[in-house]
Amino acid sequence: MLKGGVIMDVTSATQAKIAETAGAVAVMALERVPADIRKQGGVARMADPEKIKEIMAAVSIPVMAKARIGHFVEAQILEALGVDYVDESEVLTPADPSLHIDKWKFKVPFVCGCTNLGEALRRISEGAAMMRTKGEAGTGNIIEAVRHIRTVNNEITALKSMNPKQLLSKAKEYRVNVNLVNEIRKLGRFPVVNFAAGGVATPADAALCMQLGVDGVFVGSGIFKSSDPAKRAKAIVDAVAHFRDAAFLAKVSVGLGEAMEGLEISKLDTRLQERGW
Amino acid sequence: MIGVLALQGGVIEHVRMLERCGKKAIEVRAKDDLKKVNALILPGGESTTLFKLMKRQGLDTEIKKRAKKGMPVFGTCAGMIVLAKEIIDNREQGLGLIDISVKRNDYGRQVDSFEEEIDVRDIGKVNAVFIRAPIVKSCGKDVEVLARQNKNPILLKQNNILVASFHPELTDDKRVHELFLKMNSII
Repeated sequence: MLKGGVIMDVTSATQAKIAETAGAVAVMALERVPADIRKQGGVARMADPEKIKEIMAAVSIPVMAKARIGHFVEAQILEALGVDYVDESEVLTPADPSLHIDKWKFKVPFVCGCTNLGEALRRISEGAAMMRTKGEAGTGNIIEAVRHIRTVNNEITALKSMNPKQLLSKAKEYRVNVNLVNEIRKLGRFPVVNFAAGGVATPADAALCMQLGVDGVFVGSGIFKSSDPAKRAKAIVDAVAHFRDAAFLAKVSVGLGEAMEGLEISKLDTRLQERGW
Repeated sequence: MIGVLALQGGVIEHVRMLERCGKKAIEVRAKDDLKKVNALILPGGESTTLFKLMKRQGLDTEIKKRAKKGMPVFGTCAGMIVLAKEIIDNREQGLGLIDISVKRNDYGRQVDSFEEEIDVRDIGKVNAVFIRAPIVKSCGKDVEVLARQNKNPILLKQNNILVASFHPELTDDKRVHELFLKMNSII
């Protein structure tokens, strides 16, 4: 049960332990954090199974790992390793130009990214058990996460005032079954948990996402690219647990050292959020 | 008023279930919130995270104190681990409010999560959802076993404490919550 928790990107057993000590509900095992993928370029793939095994052995909280979009064999390998969740992630270089993984074929649950409601519903139709709004990974800039959370919220609200004919046409536009659209309309939210991701660098960023209505937060580069990872990780966990308490947020935001270096979205060469179909 | 510990985990599901039972529920995040409630639910979540967040608020000692004075407490999944006397192979120390020894994630990792119909004493058939569930390895003589799955106790009671290794808040069935409410005459 991950709700109300923080999931942290880690690249080693040592980092995984720091995340667990801070109170993370899960860790995401990967070879390079998004900020480094962005800086170094090249093809980003599933992490070395050896590394994933090391991380799984180091902590007792759930371990997630990323597979490339459409790379169902990487997902099969991750499932065989026994990871708790597979993240079919745009942070890695996509492997299929038009299709995502058919997630119903797996027993391991999947988390997938979305920038809007249509993208989320396609992923849920394919069998995703958890969603995350994408944001723009590796930038330390929260604007895209906020954009995607608000877009999804607004699009769900819009469904409420639609008649059956309009809902059918939305389903066509979203390329999903109308039953799923009707279900979302009735629930007023996704039928699965939805976390925020991409660009979270401070406790305030994390609490902002929570106040906008997500179920929890992924922090990628924000922790281990800051000057004091252990302290910042704990502060972000505390901020998510007490996200409405401004006095508390003020207290945990003190003395965290330098946050990760941030990037302006308009200056980026690659926008990872655009990967996914 | 019934509180649901709201530091992490399936909080809203318990709040809704209590509302369906006709009870008002509040979220408990700090010691001041705990003063307002006369019963408490510890939800499922990550037990490691729950322990850390409770300690940071001093809620662990406060909950222990209140429960020892008779406050009814119901722990589900990770909430059960938190209440246990012994947690096998773990660095965290349970609150020791129920005389059971538990092993975390003993049904396996996330892929081994499952749903199964179980038989609950005085209630009958209940659909139980297990997610990375803990297993009760042994329990003291003062603990009553109300349900089992594959011989393992999964719903247990000791005086004012009720624990479930599954997630009764994730189904439409409110009978396990009603059992908690009745058990302590909160209804």
